[in-house]
Amino acid sequence: MKKKTNTSPASFPKAEIGREMKGADCVVECLIREGVDVIFAYPGGASQELHQSLARTDKIRTILPRHEQGGSFAAEGYARATGKVGVCMATSGPGATNLVSAIADAYMDSIPLVAITGQVFSKYIGKMAFQETDFFGMTLPIVKHSYLVMDVKELPRIFKEAFYLARSGRPGPVVIDIPKDVQQAKFQPVFPPAVEFRSAYATATQNATDDQLRQVLALIGSAKKPVLYAGGGIISAEAHAELKAFAIKTNVPVATTLMGIGGFPESHPLSMQWFGMHGAAYGNWAVDQCDLLLCFGARFDDRITGDTSKFAAQAKIVHIDIDASEHNKNKRVLLPVVSDIKYALTRLNELAAAQKFAPPDTKAWHAQIATWKRETPFRYDESKHIVPQEAVQALYELTKGDAIITTGVGQHQMWAAQFYRFNEPRRYISSLGLGAMGFGYPAALGAKVACPDKQVIDIDGDGSFVMNIQELATAHIEKIAAKAMILNNQHLGMVVQWEDRFYGSVRGNTILGDESNVGSPDNPAGLYPDFVKIADGFGVKGRRVIKKSELRSAIKEMLDHDGPYVLDVIVPYTEHVLPMIPAGKTVKEMILK
Amino acid sequence: MRHTISVLVENKFGVLARVAGMISGRGFNIDSLNVAPTHDASLSRITIVLNGDEAALDLCIKQLRKLVNVVECSDFKEGQAVARELVLVKVGADSKSRPEIIQITDIFRAKIINMSAESLIIEVIGDEDKVSACLGLLEPFGILELARTGRLALRR
Repeated sequence: MKKKTNTSPASFPKAEIGREMKGADCVVECLIREGVDVIFAYPGGASQELHQSLARTDKIRTILPRHEQGGSFAAEGYARATGKVGVCMATSGPGATNLVSAIADAYMDSIPLVAITGQVFSKYIGKMAFQETDFFGMTLPIVKHSYLVMDVKELPRIFKEAFYLARSGRPGPVVIDIPKDVQQAKFQPVFPPAVEFRSAYATATQNATDDQLRQVLALIGSAKKPVLYAGGGIISAEAHAELKAFAIKTNVPVATTLMGIGGFPESHPLSMQWFGMHGAAYGNWAVDQCDLLLCFGARFDDRITGDTSKFAAQAKIVHIDIDASEHNKNKRVLLPVVSDIKYALTRLNELAAAQKFAPPDTKAWHAQIATWKRETPFRYDESKHIVPQEAVQALYELTKGDAIITTGVGQHQMWAAQFYRFNEPRRYISSLGLGAMGFGYPAALGAKVACPDKQVIDIDGDGSFVMNIQELATAHIEKIAAKAMILNNQHLGMVVQWEDRFYGSVRGNTILGDESNVGSPDNPAGLYPDFVKIADGFGVKGRRVIKKSELRSAIKEMLDHDGPYVLDVIVPYTEHVLPMIPAGKTVKEMILK
Repeated sequence: MRHTISVLVENKFGVLARVAGMISGRGFNIDSLNVAPTHDASLSRITIVLNGDEAALDLCIKQLRKLVNVVECSDFKEGQAVARELVLVKVGADSKSRPEIIQITDIFRAKIINMSAESLIIEVIGDEDKVSACLGLLEPFGILELARTGRLALRR
């Protein structure tokens, strides 16, 4: 007879034994159990079994991208727009290698992503078989975790773990590589009720102690010039409401990072928008001169700090982050706190209420910030042509700030962040840590699939857009009404800007058209390529706009169109993104003109 | 500074690559690395000796702890752990030199584990000082081949 225990067996969740099925069917079953409703997947020999299984379910929408990189960026767009795990899939070898950029991107920006790859038959592994690459080995430095499934019986456990790891703690990408024979093997799956890890770190939820948080409140209480520096962690942790309540309660002005855009409403009087290399001058000045810097869910990236030794040099710094390895990594801080930021903020608000926290007298500081804001807002000079900043601003006004914006990488990415105002999280979707060109349009597809009732617009550059232009086919065939507004200056604008500022304007392969006949608003004949014709070839409506007088009506037409759309806005290449703190420099060296 | 890092990991394929990759990817050169299962066959202990900047290494250890297959990771400070190394060394030896080599072996409480007409294989176990002193004395006889475990360490 078994020993009696106090715990009723009913309180233990039980493993569930499934019917007999193939490994591939089990993968689909696992995805359904994890709540996956869409997967971006490009088939090939080693992943064909999985596609056959996907074809047999109506619970998951399988979207065929036109390039694996597009599919994986789309999965990221989906994840960034919702906070849910994005899922992409590719075949072995070249299919898998095409996922690498998105996996690295998800790793840099802490995006929950599960990337599934087919692998050659296990008996061929290591033999340089057709379309074989060691994808497990190749992705080791850019994954949160990864699996090569050698035994079909492990599939249910691995999928449960993979989704748990992708979305828990500091989110990130997880790779699951599945040999074809494992997909084909028949077995009776046992679905575990919960995940178990030997590592305590994998499942531990470390939260701030009340003592630590009281210390934070005490520091605020005695600060004269406090600043909140809020990062992407606020958005991953869904802590924007708590942050807003905390900022108001303590009356501390907030500057976000680019990853943190929308984590605090930019229209709020306490908002200093975002800071860093191309961020608001007032945000940068405030951080530079503050006496208390509260860094919540951010990582002191070099594009934020410039020269770290001179960054917020007079400030006491509090750093709350879920990832202990971020503390004192780039910048030594006074008070490092390991915590889920949502917990920390919720508890801070409770403690502040309990002790009837009164904000310190920071009138002079707020007055100073208000002056900076008034005197040095994001600005641009009017021109007879459409300038890119103006196009973003017009889009902001015409969408009433209610669209999801995705971007490529470069000048347009910065202007999108400067001149579109974001009051909600998950509205500015951009490849920020990795800076992967070609991200914008596929990410817009993913975001639109996730949020079909929202306007989703990729503000792109003519360089970035071409990098995944084939996804127009996905938009057309899958009827995904994601739109692209290309700020077309016929150059790789950001590199040109650096050439102008630091390299004597020598053009090192930064002109995208014919160098002897460079297109521009003054030379429409030289414009290359013809994006409207390309879109037309894909069955997507497009329009080119050169005249300033037609900008707003063209944007309206794009917004009103019920389907994907390409708006090619021709702008001069001579605009620079300002302000600019040159790489590795300090706020004192900020270029304003 | 010289560090001894002890990493308790799940005994699964790819784990050593993850740990070694985390270290090499940050520019640390590994002096020695040892890995073998513990009394619990599902766990292995990796002992790594390397030279590195304190702050960079501290960060590296925090990042090692984030690896899902890493159960425990610590940097043993001086005196916190006991450490030993096993060396197998093949030394040239003929009937003339053999007695002297045997004498050295005895003094260092090392063992002769193989003997042929031209050479001996000696097993030396000890801490770093003892091992290097012993090897220093064997050197003049001609070291033909050598294999060593690298440092093994356990917390006191």
